[in-house]
Amino acid sequence: MRRATVRVALFVVVLAVLWGLWEGYRWLWIHEGWTWPFRVDDTTMPHLADIFSALWGSASPGGVGPRLITVLGKGALFTAKEAAAGFALGALVGFTLGVFLAQFRLLQRGLLPWVVASQTVPILVVAPMVVVWANPKLPSGLQDWGAVALIAAYLTFFPVTVNTIRGLQSVDRRALELMRSYAAGEWRILWKLRFPASLPYIFAALKVSATASVVGALIGELPSSIPNGLGAQIINFSQYYSTEPRGLWATNVIAAALGISFFLVIVLVEKLVVRRAPENLV
Amino acid sequence: MSVVKVAGVTKQFGQTTALQGIELEITEREFVSLIGPSGCGKSTLLRIVADLIEPSAGTVAVNGKPARQARTDRDYGIVFQDPVLYDWRTVAKNVALPLEMARWPRQKRNERVREMLELVELQGFESHRPWQLSGGMQQRVSIARALSFEPPLLLMDEPFGALDEMTRERMNMELLKIWEASGSTIVFVTHSIAEAVFLSTRVVVMSPRPGRISEVIPIDLPRPRLATTREEPRFFELVTRVREALHLGHDLDRAVPPAQEATA
Amino acid sequence: MSSQAPVAVQPVPRGGLGRMVGRRTVDWLPALLVGVGIVALWQGLIVWTHAQQFLLPKPTSIASAFWTDKHELWSAGWYTFQEALGGFVLGSGLAILLALVLARWRPLGTALLPYAVAANAIPIIAFAPITNQWFGGGLTKSSKIAIAAILCFFPVLVNTLRGLTSVRPQDLELMRSYAAGNVEVFRRVRIPTSLPFMFTGLKVATVLAMIGAVVGEYFGGALNAIGVLILSRSRVFQFNEAWAGVLVVCLFGLALYIAVAALERAVLRWVPSTSD
Repeated sequence: MRRATVRVALFVVVLAVLWGLWEGYRWLWIHEGWTWPFRVDDTTMPHLADIFSALWGSASPGGVGPRLITVLGKGALFTAKEAAAGFALGALVGFTLGVFLAQFRLLQRGLLPWVVASQTVPILVVAPMVVVWANPKLPSGLQDWGAVALIAAYLTFFPVTVNTIRGLQSVDRRALELMRSYAAGEWRILWKLRFPASLPYIFAALKVSATASVVGALIGELPSSIPNGLGAQIINFSQYYSTEPRGLWATNVIAAALGISFFLVIVLVEKLVVRRAPENLV
Repeated sequence: MSVVKVAGVTKQFGQTTALQGIELEITEREFVSLIGPSGCGKSTLLRIVADLIEPSAGTVAVNGKPARQARTDRDYGIVFQDPVLYDWRTVAKNVALPLEMARWPRQKRNERVREMLELVELQGFESHRPWQLSGGMQQRVSIARALSFEPPLLLMDEPFGALDEMTRERMNMELLKIWEASGSTIVFVTHSIAEAVFLSTRVVVMSPRPGRISEVIPIDLPRPRLATTREEPRFFELVTRVREALHLGHDLDRAVPPAQEATA
Repeated sequence: MSSQAPVAVQPVPRGGLGRMVGRRTVDWLPALLVGVGIVALWQGLIVWTHAQQFLLPKPTSIASAFWTDKHELWSAGWYTFQEALGGFVLGSGLAILLALVLARWRPLGTALLPYAVAANAIPIIAFAPITNQWFGGGLTKSSKIAIAAILCFFPVLVNTLRGLTSVRPQDLELMRSYAAGNVEVFRRVRIPTSLPFMFTGLKVATVLAMIGAVVGEYFGGALNAIGVLILSRSRVFQFNEAWAGVLVVCLFGLALYIAVAALERAVLRWVPSTSD
């Protein structure tokens, strides 16, 4: 009970300190007229209070239409759909690939360097080509957002593959010898020993991937001219930034909330699945 | 002159009393073993002497100084149950660690490391990594490290616990040789009766719940002690004495009805 | 496969990916063969099926576009690479400094770690248009360095802080027996322990730095930057040239990754299973 109180108090204090740092930095730079690394004014760094109050204001500059938070919330849900689908696909592919690469060492040597290299592909510039290529092949229910999910999956699978391999190979030699003494076959050892042992590793990767899938969905939306997601809002508000900077900041706030929610869902699932997970892996 | 003087030491961990009313005085050039069943607080007592943990009550003096002062003056070397070697240092560098911290000049340091590795018979392993050595070799590195700066007091917490019987007996002989050559005082935690009797000038028998000293048995076996010492009738007599003292402590413990134990 | 199974129980590759990927030249042979295989398959598929060439051209077409434009592509890639490298150094450096400060006042570090982890879950890439605005519309390198630095900051912070605080208690006990001061504990125990963790973060950061620079360029960048160049080519349907640009980004990104992985291997010689 006391612990919970301390936690809540700490949370409030951290938020207050961050708030103070932001406003303090703003005040100092404006007051002293410092321009390094950049000029501080209401456009480059709006008051935090203004950013949050903008969420309850109107979405369009004219002052009519729905509240900004409604518009951004809808966008966030759409992006979340893409990210979730991409996450599921990427995690599945990543895990399967990891199992195969861990079981077959030669395959690992041949493919793993390319798995690493795959992440250096600038997906932002590839995204429009993927959308154009995938759309005709996708059923009508998956048009557009399905293609973005593919891009999200591309960023998702990598950490899962790497950590699945690492986890499956992390098994203690003695535990393995015990399984051998039971004359267990490779696949049985995989299921009974290697897989449970790798769960903390896999969850550590899933937490990284949860965010990666949101990043992938956003990056996929940006150049694909898909109007429903947060990506479109980012483009929209970045065009009006010099007159209305709070919109872009507010969009970032919502995107941050989306990323953190994805992360927290995985943390929650992990708590349910891996009760013995070392705390260090959170 | 007393090297270690423990007076009225009590240690509580939350509700449990790990040590109660410990009185112990160890004089120069003694080899004192602390023996007792698991949970009797022998390691805790050693850590209190080392000032790695603080007693809840009572005082500890080392070399006539408070334990904290003795630690800052680097008056003791310690060997843990695990070798506690740093993976990122070579064997030689691990031995040199306390010397580096005491700011010895490089030349003198290298010389001493060579001597120490010779002493524990690990010449040629200078540039190995700890994980490339067997458990026994690792523990010898750890002993070389503790001895390297010639501390007047050596604290050893079940240093040979993880070794096989053969290695253990050899290490016992080596330790006695080192002790006789260096003129240091040793406090040695073990749960092997034979080891305690073979090595010590005195054996301190402890009993659990709460941890306390139940008996102190002087060991009058002749020195130097040899492999044949273990076969002498007097050796067996002393082993029997220690064993009986241990069981007495244990039986007393058993005699306490569970209900009372819970309130203790 | 079961006859070779004991191979799979070698010590965990603690040093990470660089080590899993292989350490001797001969270890790279299967990868090389797979690479050649992929390119051949790709070429073959397009030739045989007459796939939509305009989207995914043949490797040979990309290669020839690469050759024709090589000077322009390299200089554009180099320009973007400088942005990414600047951001990587700045962001990682600040993160390591902050991690050291937070680990020095450990209760503070432990209390703030969850917040750093949460911040690491934020899709910071959405911030790119803002850093562009900070630095006058994004035609400067500074704006891309800024977004790359912010992207690199959190993974390096989280991993380094975790490394600095996950020291084995017995290692600290030994230091205490030597009456070691805080600086010595850091120098001799915390920092060496944290290095494998830190490099994990740094390798993630190399990839993020390139992503940051390219995404930053999407929201407005100099005409001689590779991200801008790729987009302008693909807008006029010059897909050969666009893919050649993608290849250049990959090569620069890989170079940064390999440099950090090589540094890791040089620094972490002591990690078990490296030098056997």
